Amino acid sequence: MKTAVIVFPGSNCDRDMAVALRDATGAAPAMVWHKDSQLPEGLDLIAVPGGFSFGDYLRCGAIAAQSPIMREVAAFAGRGGHVLGVCNGFQVLIETGLLPGVLMRNATLKFVCRDVPLRVDEAQSVFTRGYSAGQEIILPVAHHDGCYVADDETLKRLDGDQRVAFRYRDAVNGSMNDIAGILSENRRVLGMMPHPERAVDARTLGTDGTPMFRGLSDMMVAA
Amino acid sequence: MKARVFVTLKTGVLDPQGAAIGTALGGMGFDGVESVRQGKVFEIDMADVDRVAAEKQLDAMCKRLLANTVIEDYSVEMV
Repeated sequence: MKTAVIVFPGSNCDRDMAVALRDATGAAPAMVWHKDSQLPEGLDLIAVPGGFSFGDYLRCGAIAAQSPIMREVAAFAGRGGHVLGVCNGFQVLIETGLLPGVLMRNATLKFVCRDVPLRVDEAQSVFTRGYSAGQEIILPVAHHDGCYVADDETLKRLDGDQRVAFRYRDAVNGSMNDIAGILSENRRVLGMMPHPERAVDARTLGTDGTPMFRGLSDMMVAA
Repeated sequence: MKARVFVTLKTGVLDPQGAAIGTALGGMGFDGVESVRQGKVFEIDMADVDRVAAEKQLDAMCKRLLANTVIEDYSVEMV
């Protein structure tokens, strides 16, 4: 399985993501700089990591979404490629238009940094197949702008098409319908605020992120 | 040519930052503040293109970068 991690100025979870992908797939991902205009050949998965790309200027993820490599990532997704965006990566995917809605300042106005319980709402995707629907897991969050907002029609469509992958069990940031992570229409793009890549090692608090990376790896190898 | 672009939250979009500012103003003794909505202003210097072309460009800038039209409205003023 061939993976890549996109790196922006201000990314700070790119190495965690690389370790999680390496451990699950047995191969180190390609680290792709945002100014590159070409992706490596034959990728199975692209991860857009967390951080504060471009200092969160203008709107979180807005400047990163305009970088040369994101055009290629969008084209990759358009061809049916798998893309995982975590935290700032979720914000970037939204600003790129690969996922609907918007992530606004947390309703509490506070940066929230702690482990939170989540419900896996949807196990029917390559990202969540390692979990069972309804399962409760704990992943860390660390963000200031994670309040998911969308219009009624979008929320209905996300619910109706079973595209809400994860929901917060308790109020974390004011997200509508407690949405923590959503899938694209073809279920091959996942954006989520919690950090699965920070929960893949028992020595550092929990392994509830491991099933995601293992599930991805198994599926890609099988395909 | 100079333009000023205003980006504001759409009606009905929750604005916790504006609300916090409103509360602070009330706490400072400014009575009668019913609500505050926070927005952004961009001052853009443009090369001497003609006005119609500039307005067209500015509109594209707003749509593609300056505003997120899911939650924000924008308006452009030539100054």
